[in-house]
Amino acid sequence: MDFTLPKEHLILQKMYRSFAENEVKPMAQQTDEEERFPVEVVEKLKQYGFFGIVFPKEYGGQGGDYLAYAMALEEISKACATTGTIVGAHHSLCAAPIFDYGTEEQKQKYLVPLLKGETLGAFGLTEPNAGSDAAGQQTRAVLQGDHYVLNGSKIFITNAGYADTYIIMAMTDKSKGTRGISAFIVESGFPGFSIGTKEKKMGIRGSSTCEIIMEDCIVPKENLLGEEGKGFVVAMHTLDAGRISVASIALGIGEGCLEETVRYVQERKQFGRRLSAFQNTQFELADMKTKLDAAQMLVYRSARAKDMKIPYGTYSAMAKMYASEAASDVARRCVQLFGGYGFIRDYNVERMMRDAKITEIYEGTSEVQKMIISASLGVK
Amino acid sequence: MGFHIIVCAKQVPDTNEIKIDPVKKTLIRDGVPSILNNDDANALEEALKIKDRYPDTRVTVVTMGPPQAKDMLVECLAMGADDAVLASDRALGGSDTWATSNALAAVIEKIGGYDLIFAGRQAIDGDTAQVGPQIAEKLSIPQVTYVSEFQLAEDRKSVTVKRMLEDGYEWIRVETPCLLTAIKELNEPRYMMIGGVFDAMRKDIPVWGVEDLGLDPDREVGLEASPTNVFRSFTPAPKGKGVVLSGDSCADVAEKLIEGLKAKHVI
Repeated sequence: MDFTLPKEHLILQKMYRSFAENEVKPMAQQTDEEERFPVEVVEKLKQYGFFGIVFPKEYGGQGGDYLAYAMALEEISKACATTGTIVGAHHSLCAAPIFDYGTEEQKQKYLVPLLKGETLGAFGLTEPNAGSDAAGQQTRAVLQGDHYVLNGSKIFITNAGYADTYIIMAMTDKSKGTRGISAFIVESGFPGFSIGTKEKKMGIRGSSTCEIIMEDCIVPKENLLGEEGKGFVVAMHTLDAGRISVASIALGIGEGCLEETVRYVQERKQFGRRLSAFQNTQFELADMKTKLDAAQMLVYRSARAKDMKIPYGTYSAMAKMYASEAASDVARRCVQLFGGYGFIRDYNVERMMRDAKITEIYEGTSEVQKMIISASLGVK
Repeated sequence: MGFHIIVCAKQVPDTNEIKIDPVKKTLIRDGVPSILNNDDANALEEALKIKDRYPDTRVTVVTMGPPQAKDMLVECLAMGADDAVLASDRALGGSDTWATSNALAAVIEKIGGYDLIFAGRQAIDGDTAQVGPQIAEKLSIPQVTYVSEFQLAEDRKSVTVKRMLEDGYEWIRVETPCLLTAIKELNEPRYMMIGGVFDAMRKDIPVWGVEDLGLDPDREVGLEASPTNVFRSFTPAPKGKGVVLSGDSCADVAEKLIEGLKAKHVI
């Protein structure tokens, strides 16, 4: 068993690191403080191919794999979790389902511009009354001649307002439960589609999180993604892979915090000694480093499993649960090592501790991950 | 007809504070990650900018080094270069700048058909700034060093460059083919493209040895053929701690400073 990274991934890691350090990190504080979508950073991400890492070149992607993608989100999120979230939502929640379930026409029309970075993607599943219980969809889609009419609203939609292409889940047949849910590709410019309230968040504050409102929204029949009634399958399959993204983002936040802290404790002096000379500091750092490395192995394993086309749903659930809890725990302990300064906005760890929390919640809470993991053991 | 640019690059240890083995008097390379030499990245960037503007441009990166220098060539390809060639052979080991430029000139002649050669001003591990100019001499083409701005004529038959000097600059027009050495002011090197890395890993990078290049290891390349020899490298002893002056007021400290400088006959 070999735990070393392939050479191309090592080269990519080098590229990701210098990109994150020079292009992403300098904008991170401002992005958070002003709750501003980092448009300039997003433009550069597009330019270097971050918007299509795992997809084939024939569709405008980069011809890479999930490991390369997970590592990209990890490195970006070390610097800025907002930016990691924008890429993750676009890539795995919008581009991936079109690639997996779309017709050739849909791929040409929507996937190619998404991967080239000409358009931004988003995904709408969550509703006010359908969070972890995603099956409780209330958005309706009714077929009328050559188009569907969608009515309902979605909440907490990442990239909403900036995205051009949305994957929207809606009920086409309420009587069939989850088998009555269908997936649609909806353009932001379709009649009846609008953006509602923008949420004010605790963390990842630069990422745009809004409500989506569909009032008699006209969606052409050919924009049905996959078959009618297969929307729940599309959503669940999408989230299986989406968890790799969130796990990678969480891992990055934790690692970023640790890097900041390792630097800080070697500079800061108290009682005539560097903080790093105290055994409490050393033990805390050792503990956090071990935790993050364990998280990294779970994340890389789930990405690798997906690349090898072996079942990875349970792996990605474990990676997401463990990495997000590690990120929150590490961030909190790093703030503690910074002392009062850790509570001040001038220091990155303050932002990172707030950013970490969402990774335990979005795209399946830790509790939902536990349901998935325990189900894999066959217990009911 | 396409335009062909050759870029000379070197893989160097990623540090500006190179440590020297106190016993062997050689650079300690173990554990130090290797990178594309900074000025060479500027050289490559300028070539790629020409390619952005004229898509019929072909950029070939050449280097001499150990087999692992291939990793750096992969990075150059991932940034956008079309081809790369590695000159690697035990017989090339220990080459000084004269021998290195013999080898690289031979590589470039073997490739042939070039319109422009870009090199970095100097490598951060040797700091000689000699290899680029020597290659131009050996190929009998004009050269301009310390290029900080670059313009290619519309007919691509000549270039106009700004040459930075310590006390000013020169604008020089020179006909192609010619060799230019780049400095960091020339541009901001791009990153690798993500997809470029995957493509580059699959690309064949030819490795040429002395036989392929028709070089004589006794007289042209390698340690024996090198006219110069580094017989000793050293790290300058670190300066001692400075004196910190303190006092009740600025005037007080200034007075102490003046006394101190007078005592040392500085003033």
